Amino acid sequence: MSDPRRQDRGASPLAAPVPLVDVHAHFWHARAGRTDWQALNDARFRAGDMMGVTCHVASVLGTYGFASPTYFPSPADVVLGNDAMLALCDAEPDRVRMYVTVNPNHTAHAIGEIERCVARGAVGVKLLASRRADDRLLDPIAELAAERGLPMLHHAWQHRRHDWPAQEASDGVELARLAARHPRLHLLLAHIGGGGDWAHTNAAIADVPNVLVDVSGSGIDRGMLDAALDAIGPERTLWACDVTMETGLAKLRALEVIGLEPEKLDLVKWGNAARIFPPGTFAADRRPPTADRA
Amino acid sequence: MIDVNTLVGPYPYRYVPHPDPEILVRVLEREALRAAWVGHLPSAFWRDPTPGNAMLYTALAPFAGTLRPVPTVRPDWPRWERALDDAVAAAAPAVRAYPPQWGLGAGDPSMRALAQACGARGLTLFLTVRFEDLRQRSRLDVAGDLTAAAIRDLARTDPRTRIIVAAAGRDLIEEVHWGLTPDEQSRLFWDISWIWGPPEDHLAKLFRTMGSERFVYGTHWPLRLVQGAKANLELLPSDVAGATLANPDEIARDARLAASS
Repeated sequence: MSDPRRQDRGASPLAAPVPLVDVHAHFWHARAGRTDWQALNDARFRAGDMMGVTCHVASVLGTYGFASPTYFPSPADVVLGNDAMLALCDAEPDRVRMYVTVNPNHTAHAIGEIERCVARGAVGVKLLASRRADDRLLDPIAELAAERGLPMLHHAWQHRRHDWPAQEASDGVELARLAARHPRLHLLLAHIGGGGDWAHTNAAIADVPNVLVDVSGSGIDRGMLDAALDAIGPERTLWACDVTMETGLAKLRALEVIGLEPEKLDLVKWGNAARIFPPGTFAADRRPPTADRA
Repeated sequence: MIDVNTLVGPYPYRYVPHPDPEILVRVLEREALRAAWVGHLPSAFWRDPTPGNAMLYTALAPFAGTLRPVPTVRPDWPRWERALDDAVAAAAPAVRAYPPQWGLGAGDPSMRALAQACGARGLTLFLTVRFEDLRQRSRLDVAGDLTAAAIRDLARTDPRTRIIVAAAGRDLIEEVHWGLTPDEQSRLFWDISWIWGPPEDHLAKLFRTMGSERFVYGTHWPLRLVQGAKANLELLPSDVAGATLANPDEIARDARLAASS
């Protein structure tokens, strides 16, 4: 019996049939306060299969605000979310990989969660907006991630000019400070289309080689991708969807028409991910075609 | 397919690459879109849209078969009816109005007058909820989004008037749609440029609950990637895949018929 979540309309994927890694995905679970949580997960797999996503690198953000705030998850919710993510990895070993989510305000707990989840297969660390990125409290987490070769995906606001409700967001300037203190760390600045002024981010991290960006987010401003590629380069740009997969597909299509060479496009689609995540993370793990500049 | 939500001209708050008619024509050809309804972007921010309308007509004239002008009409500006008559003379299918940018709130008498005048002349009224995501707006951009209350008020104003609303999200669409009678709903259309796809599947949910015939194809070019609307349709779940959108030509035709009846 075929898996109903694997939707195939009989054609090749909407994106070109090469590896396609979504480095910023989320899944839900039964205790996250939404009765439609399974439908959300199914929809991500459905759309991913249609697009040709070969791997969803994902995190669960505690209870998404149900029992503690999404961006300030309690230790109990962190564990609950990570357990849900571990279970999903076990259930979907071919197409799901995991970031272990932590709250750096509970530093010892965060370190313990990283150790626990990496032992079970987590391939990266996810930081939300529980503490500013350049806060010294993040240093032990960044050190551990760098030591283990785990990229760290950090929620970001593009040019945070003030505090927004419900999060202690960071922007490119603050991520750059953290990256400068941890030059071996691959720090992935989240969703340049996810809110704020992406042009500011380009300037803030252009000269910080260990900060990379993912292109996810609901924003599909014309000029955003071109500007990121010009300022940061395809070697530090990774494709992703976050919570709007149609914008991910739109960006894939846009990347194909803005003149990016095929080998550079492959870096964005999967090559950079294969380089920064631990060896063997992806089934189609091959070394990227160009040298590691990050 | 016709893209009803395109603009030409620069945007005041950030650089937008080549927002030019000749580029738009190439984009439409590449995306296999037959035509576009085109507004003049700076006119939304100028006090008097009259010069912008003249620029729009001139800029689109070489592409008359593909790019159809949608001039801007500001109903609290003296002699605004003349701009409406110019639109009819230019065979414009619609006119754009930007009440938040002009400080005209829900129930504003001049906006009601515009809606009635559009109905009388067979012009579709085109409204825009927003130009940019709230989270990235310039400090100078304080107009705010077009409200559901304002749209409901205009949809109730004249039974002849067809209205297209661009750049709305699911919440606002539902708040308006379910606050109208079936007859009022039938004259109101929504472009899909700002509706989320999977995994939330807002577009699919709206198709199921409201019907895909309430929606038109729009991309919000040049501010947003033209690929967004098509991607959203392609990722629809199987029960609504291939759903038929409203035809803007038919909306415009119905508006003319209603005016003449």
